[in-house]
Amino acid sequence: MGNGTSRGRPPGRIAAAVGASVLTAGLVTACGSEEGITLNLYYAPEDTFQTVVDNCNAKAAGRYNIVYNKLQRGADDQRVQMARRLAAGDDGLDILGLDVTWVPEFAEAGWAEEWTGTNREQAEAGVLPGPLATATWNGKLYAATKNTNVQLLWYDDRITPQPPATWDEMIAEAEQLKAAGKPHNILFTGAQYEGLVVIYNTLVASAGGHILSDDGKSVVMDEGAVQALEILKRVTSSGITDPSLTNMKEDETRQAFQRGNGAFELNWPFVYASYAEEQPQDLPHFKWSTYPAVDPGVPARTTIGGYDLAVSSTSKHKPEAFEAALCLRSQESQKFSALNDGVPPSIEALYTDETPLDPTKPVNADDNPSMATAYPMRDAIFAALKDPAVRPLTPAYQSLSTVISKVLSPPSEIDPQKTAEELRTKLTDALNSKGVIP
Amino acid sequence: MSTVEDVSTTPQTTAKPGKPALSEGKRAERRLGWLLCAPAAFVMVAVTGYPIAYSIWLSLQRYDLRFPNDTEFVGLANYAAVLSDSYWWTAFATTVVLTVVSVAIELVLGMLLALIMHRTLVGRGLVRTVALIPYGIVTVVAAFSWYYAWTPDTGYLANILAGDSAPLTQYLPSMAIIILAEVWKTTPFMALLLMAGLALVPDDLLKAAAMDGANGWQRFIKVMVPVMKPAILVALLFRTLDAFRIFDNIYVLTGGQNDTSSVSMQTYNNLIKGLNLGIGSTMSVLIFITVAIIAFIFIKLFGTAAPGSDQGGKR
Repeated sequence: MGNGTSRGRPPGRIAAAVGASVLTAGLVTACGSEEGITLNLYYAPEDTFQTVVDNCNAKAAGRYNIVYNKLQRGADDQRVQMARRLAAGDDGLDILGLDVTWVPEFAEAGWAEEWTGTNREQAEAGVLPGPLATATWNGKLYAATKNTNVQLLWYDDRITPQPPATWDEMIAEAEQLKAAGKPHNILFTGAQYEGLVVIYNTLVASAGGHILSDDGKSVVMDEGAVQALEILKRVTSSGITDPSLTNMKEDETRQAFQRGNGAFELNWPFVYASYAEEQPQDLPHFKWSTYPAVDPGVPARTTIGGYDLAVSSTSKHKPEAFEAALCLRSQESQKFSALNDGVPPSIEALYTDETPLDPTKPVNADDNPSMATAYPMRDAIFAALKDPAVRPLTPAYQSLSTVISKVLSPPSEIDPQKTAEELRTKLTDALNSKGVIP
Repeated sequence: MSTVEDVSTTPQTTAKPGKPALSEGKRAERRLGWLLCAPAAFVMVAVTGYPIAYSIWLSLQRYDLRFPNDTEFVGLANYAAVLSDSYWWTAFATTVVLTVVSVAIELVLGMLLALIMHRTLVGRGLVRTVALIPYGIVTVVAAFSWYYAWTPDTGYLANILAGDSAPLTQYLPSMAIIILAEVWKTTPFMALLLMAGLALVPDDLLKAAAMDGANGWQRFIKVMVPVMKPAILVALLFRTLDAFRIFDNIYVLTGGQNDTSSVSMQTYNNLIKGLNLGIGSTMSVLIFITVAIIAFIFIKLFGTAAPGSDQGGKR
C-alpha cells in the first residue's frame, strides 16, 4: 500500500510541473514582445500565410508582432468560434479573417470596426468592385478584401471540344453524351450546404433575378429567382447528374470529375492544381471557361467567394491592427498568396501583372512562378470577376443560407412556383430572426 | 445499495414520531450537517439552476446576437413560433423514431450480450473487455468511420450494395445507418447495466424453477425478467434519455440532410450557428421539458427506481 502511494506520487508532480510550465509559457508569450504589441490574427488555415505574416512583422520593425492563430478548416466552425468569443467581449482577437458572407453580420452585431480615412482609401484602392461590395455594409467599409474566388466551368476537350455557352446547351449536350454512352454528368455541389446556395445564387443572378432587395431588408424572389429554380430542377431530374449528387461538396465533385464520372464540372479554381498533381498526363485536355449563361447573349454572373480582413471592435490596439491588416492584404502579399496558395487576388492590377515572384530572375513555372504560369485560367477568372454575383448581403445570411439549402434539397424535387413561395415565407421569417432554421 | 440507504434513513424515521425527544446535541449536530452541506448545495444550484433559469428567461425574448439593438420581451411568441413550425416537428418525429427503434434493438441485443457475458466461463475478462470496446471509442471518431464506410468508392460497406447507390443521400437508408451506428456504439452500455441486474437473480430460484420443469425460455421470462425488472427499467430510462439527445452521429453522418436532423441538431443550428438566443433557448427548454416528461413517465408510471432512491421498482 505504502509502495503504491509512493509510486502514485511522481505522476502528480509531473502533472504539476507540466501545468506550471504551461502557465509560464503562456506568461512568456503574453509579454514576449516587450518593445512592441502583440496582434492576434484569427484566420483560416492557409499553407504559406505564415510567410506573409512574417514579412509584415519584419516591416513593422518591432512596433507590433502579428501572431497567426489558425482557425478550424470548416467555415461554419471558424465563424462560430469568432462569434462566440466576440459576443463574450474577448479582447484577445485583433484581426479577423471573415468569409465574404459574414461582414454584414459582424458589422451589425458591432464586432467589426469601421474603416475610415486613409485606412479606408488604402483598403479600397484598386480593388475589384465585386469583392469590395462584400466588405461593405450600409455604405460603410467594415473589412479589407484579402482574396476573392470564383467558380468556372471545367470540361475535357476529348469529350466536348467546345464548352457550352448556355445551360440549355449544356443539358442538351449531356443528354446526347448519355445516349452515346460517354461520360455525361454535370457535376456540381448538390449537398444540403452552402455550395448549393452558391450554385443557386449564380443561377438567380445570371437570370437577372434577386433573392433579397438591394438593402437586404426584404425578400424579393422575383421571376429570375423562379427561373433559376426551374433550371435547377431540370438539370437534376433528367439523369445527367451523379447518383450521389445530394452528398457532393467541392472535393467530392472534383474527385468525380477526375475519375471520369462527368463531362462538365462547376467548381472553384483549386481543382486545376489538384488535377495537375494527380493526373498530369491528362492535364492538356483539362479545359475551363466562364459559367454557361442562362439567357443566350447575356453573360453569366458567377457567385464570388474569398476572404476579408476585419479589425475586431474588442481589440486594444486598433490603429496597429488596421495597419497590420493593410499589410497582410497589400498588393505584394496578395500576389504572394496567389502564387503560393492559389487564392485569386482581389486587386485588379494583379490580373495583368507579368513579373514573377522573384523579379530578378526569369519566369519559371516550378520555382519562380508569375501570375501567367500559376493561373493559366486567369483571363477566365478575371472575366467572371468583372460582373460577378454577390451573395445576399444581410446580417442574417447564415440563417438565409441554411433555409435556402434546406428548401432546395433535394434539387430534383423542386416545384418552382411552390418552392419559391416556401422560400418567400421562410426567408422572411429568417430575416426577422423569427422562424426556426432547420 | 438498499442497506446503505436504510442506514442513512434510520435516524429520520425513528426521529419523526418523537421529535421533542431529539436531544440538544443531536439538533446541533443536524444544524452543523446542514451548514456543512450548504456550500455544496449552493454551488449545485448556481451551476445548474442559474443556466436553466437564464435559458427560460432568454426563451421569452427576441434575442439575436446579430441584431443586438432589437432585443425585446416577446412572452411566449418564441414557443408559438417553434411549436407551429414544420421543421421542428419533423426533427421531433425523427428523434422519436431514432430513440424508440434504437433503444428497442439495444435492449434485445444488450440482453443477449449480457447473458453471454454473465455466462462465460472461460476468458470472462477478455469477453467483457471486447464487448465494451465500441463504448470506449469516441462517438465522433466511430461516426466518421461509418461515414467513410458508407460513402461510395471509398467505403467497403457502400461497395457491397448494388451499383452506384449512395445510402447516405436518402432518408430511410440514412436513418438505418444512424440507428446502426447508435446501436453498435451503445449496446455494450445497455449490456453492462443489464448484467448488473442479472447478478441479482438468485441461483437458487433458477434451480428451483428448473426442478419444477421450467425450460430455459420459461426460466428467462418468468424468473429472470421479473427479478431484473428494476435493472431493465433503469437501463431503458438511461438509454432513452441519452438517445433522445442524439447529436454527434447525425452531425457527422448526414449533417441533418434529408430530414435526418434531430432536435438537438436543430437547437445547435439555431442557437450556435444561427446565434438566435431566443429561438435556440426555446428549443433547449422544450428538449428539457420532453426529457423531464420521459423521466416522469418511467419513474411514476413504470415505477423505475430513480437513481439514488430506494422507493421505486418495488410496486
